Amino acid sequence: MATVLGVPLPAILGQLTLGLVNGSFYALLSLGLAVIFGLLGIVNFAHGAFYMLGAFAAYIGLQAFGVNYWFALILAPLAVGLLGVLIERLFLRHLYRLDPLYGLLLTFGIALIAEGIMRDRFGASGKSYPVPESLRGVFDLGFMVLPIYRAWVVAASLGVCGMTWFLIERTRLGAMLRAATENARLVQAFGINVPLLVMGTYGGGVALAALAGVLAAPVVQVSPLMGSSLVIVVFAVVVIGGMGSIVGAIVSGLSLGLIEGLTKVIYPEASNIVVFIIMAVVLMWRPAGLFGREH
Amino acid sequence: MKLGSLHVALAATLSVLTAQAGAAGDQVVIGDIDDLSGVYADAQGQGGIEAINMAIADFGGTVLGKKIVLLTADHQNKPDIGATKFREWADQNGLNMLIGGSNTGVNIAMSKVASAKKVPLIVIGAGGASLTGADCTPYSIHYVYDTTSLANGTASTIVKGGGKSWFFITADYAFGTQLQDSATKVVLASGGKVLGSVRVPLGATDFSSFLLQAQSSGAQVLGLANAGTDFSNSLKGANEFGITKTMKPAALLAFISDIHSLTLQTAQGLYLTTGWYWDLNEETRAFGKRLFAKMQREPTMDHAGAYSATLQYLKAVKAAGTTDSDKVMAELKKAKLNDMFVKNGYIRADGLMVHTMYVMQVKTPAESKYPWDYYKVIRVMPGEEAYGSQPDPACSLVKP
Repeated sequence: MATVLGVPLPAILGQLTLGLVNGSFYALLSLGLAVIFGLLGIVNFAHGAFYMLGAFAAYIGLQAFGVNYWFALILAPLAVGLLGVLIERLFLRHLYRLDPLYGLLLTFGIALIAEGIMRDRFGASGKSYPVPESLRGVFDLGFMVLPIYRAWVVAASLGVCGMTWFLIERTRLGAMLRAATENARLVQAFGINVPLLVMGTYGGGVALAALAGVLAAPVVQVSPLMGSSLVIVVFAVVVIGGMGSIVGAIVSGLSLGLIEGLTKVIYPEASNIVVFIIMAVVLMWRPAGLFGREH
Repeated sequence: MKLGSLHVALAATLSVLTAQAGAAGDQVVIGDIDDLSGVYADAQGQGGIEAINMAIADFGGTVLGKKIVLLTADHQNKPDIGATKFREWADQNGLNMLIGGSNTGVNIAMSKVASAKKVPLIVIGAGGASLTGADCTPYSIHYVYDTTSLANGTASTIVKGGGKSWFFITADYAFGTQLQDSATKVVLASGGKVLGSVRVPLGATDFSSFLLQAQSSGAQVLGLANAGTDFSNSLKGANEFGITKTMKPAALLAFISDIHSLTLQTAQGLYLTTGWYWDLNEETRAFGKRLFAKMQREPTMDHAGAYSATLQYLKAVKAAGTTDSDKVMAELKKAKLNDMFVKNGYIRADGLMVHTMYVMQVKTPAESKYPWDYYKVIRVMPGEEAYGSQPDPACSLVKP
């Protein structure tokens, strides 16, 4: 049997496939972070908490109101996005003129509060969310069996990433957003409601995190800490891609998922630090990240 | 500047005063240092605090005419935080006994403090058998379960049932590696073999890669040497990837809180070993009912153990007529322990509390007749069978 670094080829292919699945989660989450940082300059430390709240919104919707998975995919991001809008209106808007550190501290505090409330309500070990009926079962790829649901996750997040990129880079609304970040006062002088744009952007970024949460709910235990273990990795992904770069977030999210997948089979003990090693190397070589612009 | 030094002087005086107030001996101080907010918070956590408070209340709130007070802290699964807090309470708050919560790593660090400060440490939620082996101290007691008894229960039951070849998914820290070692010994001794293992960092978000490695090893048994959400996520993944069809999962440590959150649909058929179950008899059900009223969930073995340990410590203080650590430890080590958690238990020379353990199988949804009706008893293991009849020779207190 063909081997790479002493590992059989089918095993490598299997791990790469799984890496792609994890990479799509990273891409979707880092995309939201990149949008928020790129357009608002806020380091959104509450991103993991919004991801967790998205998963819990799906769980609560199913348990309390019988909302099925497909409706949850729309309703949970909407509900959590509205919460994001509320937070932007009440708190974040007061911080735009200050050092980014204040935004980081505020969102970190919000994340701790959200985790604490959910832990108090649902316990640390969390809840189980079933895989939707129509996506149960597996594909036999020859070198591994891939649950249909995981394939769906890859398709859904790549689709959403593509649509977000298109919205920001190729539409008039996206052009206004990008202009507003360059020079808000000038854009406002053209009669465009910049505060509304900013609010919508934050809500949208938060909704992306919540969507990732709903996608993750059937595959991981829906627990209050599910976001905090992921958000640090996702921050590293964004830094590697270049803070605020949309393409950078998507590309580095996927590729780091693949690299992490390989690490898990070659040297599993290092699988939780490999992303940070890469981050350190990238920052030494390109301080603005792979796709970032040097100022 | 002058004002600054005045403040410092004032603060120093105040801290000396409060320290004296604590150490003056007008109260008996019990501490509880545990994971109150992280992955293990459901096993003991807040419920453990409630259980300790229940034991204090049941004892009457005072011992030797002194008020019993409880201090609590969250170690956040960091050994340095646990050890520092323990030392601070011992130095400044007149701490008489500490209940050690989850996490073997933290409890190993705290047992060094127990030894240095001569304050008894009763470990509840942590599993590492080294706590009464290489890491034992004259002031440590290991109370609820350890990695040896878990392996003797679950691993030997599965090997005898035909599960001869094993692959381990192991949490990469003291607890996981000790659990894997204990289980490996049992598997080999019963004529089985270990085909491989993978060490996974604590709190990994995705286990599918490791599960795939387990599957390609061709082993019959998937040994899960991890706990909490790591355990839940491994088992969920094993179901999703269809691995449970070809491999038999073995939960080397699972709490009823884990089974509850996984639901019977996912956990059914699983073998596990526990030191206590709420639905064993009238006494355990009564305790379950009391804690349920406070926590809205049935207690784990750690909750029951925290209650029992507190009660037995207070009984020993009363019997010894003093809170002097050496005298209380001597009293504890010669006592026969009896309450709703333990029947005729005793504490070995190395500090291990020998008591009955139960091998359970998780019921199917159809077998479960009422809420929290999750386990059926497969085997009742007498203490000596679960923990071994001899103290661990690796412990320096054990004379060869």
